[in-house]
Parts: sequence; structure tokens; C-alpha cells
Amino acid sequence: MSEEQIRNLEKQFEERIARDEKIEPKDWMPEKYRQTHIRQMSQHAHSEIVGMLPEGNWITRAPSLRRKVALLAKVQDEAGHGLYLYSATETLGISREEMYEQLHTGRAKYSSIFNYPTITWADIGAIGWLVDGAAIINQVPLCSTSFGPYARAMVRVCKEESFHQRQGYEIMIKLSNGTPEQKEMAQDALNRWWWPSLMMLGPTDAESVHTEQSMKWKLKRKSNDELRQQFIDQTVPQADLIGLTIPDPDLKWNEERGSYDFGEIDWDEFWQVVKGHGPMNKERLKARVSAWERGEWVRDAAMAYAEKKAERKEKEAV
Amino acid sequence: MKSQTMTTTKNWPLWEVFVRSKNGLEHRHFGSLHAADADMALENARDVYTRRNEGVSIWVVESKNITASNPEHNGEMFEPAKDKVYRHPTFYELPDEVKYM
Repeated sequence: MSEEQIRNLEKQFEERIARDEKIEPKDWMPEKYRQTHIRQMSQHAHSEIVGMLPEGNWITRAPSLRRKVALLAKVQDEAGHGLYLYSATETLGISREEMYEQLHTGRAKYSSIFNYPTITWADIGAIGWLVDGAAIINQVPLCSTSFGPYARAMVRVCKEESFHQRQGYEIMIKLSNGTPEQKEMAQDALNRWWWPSLMMLGPTDAESVHTEQSMKWKLKRKSNDELRQQFIDQTVPQADLIGLTIPDPDLKWNEERGSYDFGEIDWDEFWQVVKGHGPMNKERLKARVSAWERGEWVRDAAMAYAEKKAERKEKEAV
Repeated sequence: MKSQTMTTTKNWPLWEVFVRSKNGLEHRHFGSLHAADADMALENARDVYTRRNEGVSIWVVESKNITASNPEHNGEMFEPAKDKVYRHPTFYELPDEVKYM
């Protein structure tokens, strides 16, 4: 194809997206569109899978059967979300094994929030409330993104995410209304998860490198700073309601803007964790790789059994 | 990294999943998944795609068995239908007085 033909195709492609047409896997697409989507969607999938680790840690220690079934169901949902997203990414021509390898060798990233430890039961409440809350804000606009399989996967994910947030907030309510020690535990979890949750919405607009292109392809509808403001404005009253204090001395309602002003985010910490120096980076990757390697004989056995069964069926047919 | 084993062992094939949400509706494509065989594909499909009563019936088919049309040939494939307006009832002119037609 000549350069002019490609330019022409690209122009038609951008116009289709501008008209809100969806792009499906076998449609022609610019190489950059394919690569950007493989990167973002696989990282999203990896985040769901690694996201199971900090919470899975608490399943056996959930304080009641009610909490245990809820947490089990939530963690199972995260596995499901990872699978929807991996399958959607595979339609772009990358194999599941390649994606796993990128994750396991550290070449692919996942959301940095999962590199923080879950040291008390209240952390499970804070994760559902804040981390899933921030994830919802990030994910809802993706339900109408331009790549069909991604948009469809996100519709399913968003439908399921609301239960995650509500079960987390319910844990926080319960702890806040409990003994002074329990309330203190809830406050401590909020103190530790608040800032990392704000960072989840991405670097500031001034620092964000992909924004313009992503807006065009509808991978983004609002800027990181807008999303962060939305998250803060909706979360602060939820904290007030259960008597917890947001750990930000600069947080103040701004009548004029109709929004909360908030303090400086420690972006050095953010980049440190992204670069692999967070408290749990090594631990998470180790757990993930170990699960994959220790499951290898099971995958092989299942495949051998399937082949044996197929062979037997063939012989019977003869 | 055990990348070697990843390439030497046989990977589970890809399956497409179709779910009937309730009787009276058709099976609709829900997504795909990997499984060693059809039975496992069905079980995984139940766990991945119908955790909240989304289905009453599931079909799975190995992806490699699906033949798909190529969007690059959409012209010759679908355009012939575009200029055949006479296949639609509105193509035929009838006086307003005619009822039940």
C-alpha cells in the first residue's frame, strides 16, 4: 500500500470513530490504534488478575460468613473481568500466552494500586469503597469507547462493579459504627488508601502523554484531573456520612467552583511505585508467576485428557 | 522465566461462547475463553459469563471452526442488497384508501 493510500484509510478511519461507529477486530485499523489498544487492554486485564491478590489474602480471615461469600464473589468477579478483557485483547492478534509472558517478565504494567499491602480487615472495606470507586469512574466512559470488543467487555464489567463498591462501603460503615478500635481501624485504612486511590486516576493533565490521541479514539472522554475531581467530590460526603476524616488538611469546599479543593499529591511516590519500588511489587509478581508455574501440570493434564478422550471417540466412530 | 515451557506445552484452544438469556430469545455471542475441551469450555462459560443468572442455555464452539466474512470484501458482500428497494413494502405505491395492507 502506498503512503497516500494509508493516509486515506487513516482519514476514513478517524471519520468513522468521529461518527461514533464502532471498530471491530477484522476491520482495517492503523497500527498505532492496534498497539495502543493491546497495551491498554492487556494492562487493564493484568490489573484485574493481580487485583485478586491483595483481597484473596483475606478470604480465609473474613470476620463472618456474610463477608466471606461477598469477598469470594468479588474476587471471582475480578477473575471474570480479567478473562473478558484478555479475550477482547486477543481479537487484536496477540495470544493469551504472550500477554501472560509480558506480565510475568515485568514488561507489561498493571495498576500500581495493587502494590500496596492489605494489612487489616478494614483494608478490604477501603479497597471496595475507594479503589473500586475510582475504577468505576475510570471505566464508565470506556463503555462507549471506539473498539467494539473493549466497549462490550466494559459494559459487563461496569454492571458488576457496583456491588464491589457497595460491599466495601458497607464494611466501612460497620467498622465506623463499631468499637473505638474498629473505627480507628477504618480511619487508618482510609488514611493509607486515600492518596493511592487519587493517583489511580492517572498523572496530572500536564504530565499525561497519551491524552490527546486517547480522546480522539474515545479511550478517554474526560481528562485525568477531571476524573480525579469527580472522584473527590463524590467520595468526601460519603466519608463525612460515616464520620471518617479524609487525610488531607488542605481539603476544602470551594463554593465558587462547586467542588472540593485538595492538597498536593505526592507524585514522586506514584512514579516510584510505577517503576517497581512500591511496597508489594516484588511480592505480587512472585505470587502471580508462582501460581502460573504451579498450575502448569494441571493445564497439561487437562490437555492430555482432552486429547485422549478425543482419540477414543474417534476410534469408536470407526 | 520459564518462557520455554510456554512454547513447548500445548495451550488450551480458544472457544466462542453463545448464551440464551431466557427462553424465547436467541443465543447471542457473549465472548470467548480458553479450555482444554468442550466440556470444560461449557463449565468455564458458565462461571465466566453466567454468574448472575444471565443465561438458561449455553453453546460453545471452537473458534477455529468459525468461518467469518472479511470486512475488506464488504462491498461485494453486502452492497448488492442496497439498491434492491423493491424488496421493501414501501416501494409499492398504493392509494390511501386501501386498508389492511
